[in-house]
Amino acid sequence: MSLVLLTPLDLACAALLVLLLAFMSWRLQLGVERRLLIAAVRSTVQLLLVGLVLKALFAQTNPWLIGLMALFMLTVAGFEILQRQKRRFCGPWGYGIGALSMFISSFSVLLLTLTVIIRVEPWYQPQYLIPLLGMLLGNTMSGAAIALDTLTRGAWDARGRIEARLLSGGTWNDAIADIRRDSLRAGLIPIVNAMATAGLVSLPGMMTGQILAGSPPMEAAKYQLLMMFLISAGTGLGSMAAVWIGSRRLFDDRERLRLDRLRPAGSTH
Amino acid sequence: MGLLRLEALRPRVLAQVSLCVDSGELVFVSGPSGSGKSLLLRAVADLDPHTGEVWLGAEARSAMLPARWRRRVGLLPAEAFWWTDTVGDHFPQAAAGAGASGTPPPSGLPALLSALGFEPDVLDWSVGRLSTGERQRLALARLLAQNPEALLLDEATANLDPSNRERVEQLIGGYRASRAAAVLWVSHDPEQRARLGGRQFGIHDGRLAAIT
Repeated sequence: MSLVLLTPLDLACAALLVLLLAFMSWRLQLGVERRLLIAAVRSTVQLLLVGLVLKALFAQTNPWLIGLMALFMLTVAGFEILQRQKRRFCGPWGYGIGALSMFISSFSVLLLTLTVIIRVEPWYQPQYLIPLLGMLLGNTMSGAAIALDTLTRGAWDARGRIEARLLSGGTWNDAIADIRRDSLRAGLIPIVNAMATAGLVSLPGMMTGQILAGSPPMEAAKYQLLMMFLISAGTGLGSMAAVWIGSRRLFDDRERLRLDRLRPAGSTH
Repeated sequence: MGLLRLEALRPRVLAQVSLCVDSGELVFVSGPSGSGKSLLLRAVADLDPHTGEVWLGAEARSAMLPARWRRRVGLLPAEAFWWTDTVGDHFPQAAAGAGASGTPPPSGLPALLSALGFEPDVLDWSVGRLSTGERQRLALARLLAQNPEALLLDEATANLDPSNRERVEQLIGGYRASRAAAVLWVSHDPEQRARLGGRQFGIHDGRLAAIT
């Protein structure tokens, strides 16, 4: 098997399909054509840029540049978590909780993988580090965002119940336990579902990519398995950290429920 | 030791409040809706951020764990919330068989429930089936089963018919007398305040003042 190189013309054909979809959206008055086209252009620019950046990074293996790239990815992922919150925390906490929990989970799992499982030399070799980090961050981001959103919404809606538990002599920990459990579960469900249906319904994206790029299917499957395990660990850790820090932040030192630390829904900054 | 002393307490929308409720004393607070009556009680129970100190006997609130404070100074909110589906789940004393320190003796809970007009099997009822009045009475039972030394009551009889209102008033009066508990009671009902007596305070323009 050899790698079939894509020409700009091939990509243009695929892009035509997106244009067709936008046209249909306009005719049917679905109102998403603008966003669809912008998203398509964004992904084109972003992916081509990343391709260029990675090419340069791979050529040098400079730890500082790689670190900078990793930091950039983390920063963007942090903003993405913030965007997905209906009721986010006020002030630096809104960004900090998501970014910190992602940092803890993604980077610890990444280091473990590079030094113990794949054992590349040097461990920061960008060809492994950057794609692994991207997969980890992308999935941890979704998990932590869902978990945090479930937590803050749940606390907002269940104010009466939470305070009733506090009044009955419960600690903040007792009062938020149910909601915390639901939030963690919500954060973990996507990856659990992905593992359960992997290969039956769809071939996961990474495996598809490897097979299309000419890897033997068994090798692709093994790498996919590795990624899924790492992603579940990362998502689990990230969601737990986010929910733990977030639920603590919902209460103050006198164990009062502080919904005033959440921004009202819909308001920006 | 049911003496409750509010010292320079500043709940939101209210001017500084200093008030002393003696052991076994009943004090009524009234005022137009939105004047901050409930906020005052919430501040005493330490549910909202505010400044000031509250004492229970010789013990300062700030020196006590919040959970312990709220167990000893029991607040009955105007609206009762339940966090699981069965009434009995909210009475840890029923499940544990009671007898531990700080909980009433095993005979306490059925007596409490029957004083409010319930059979013991109410503990198996589903919370979703309760009427507003039943919720309110059971919330009071839940609160008293926790054996608080001071009571903060927010419209404790607002949704009750006359016979149940009388039951609740008698139960609270009995509890106050037998435990020497300080009772701070927010009530809309002038007849109730006149009937039960006690010192009266009103809130006007954000100030708590004695009504003479």
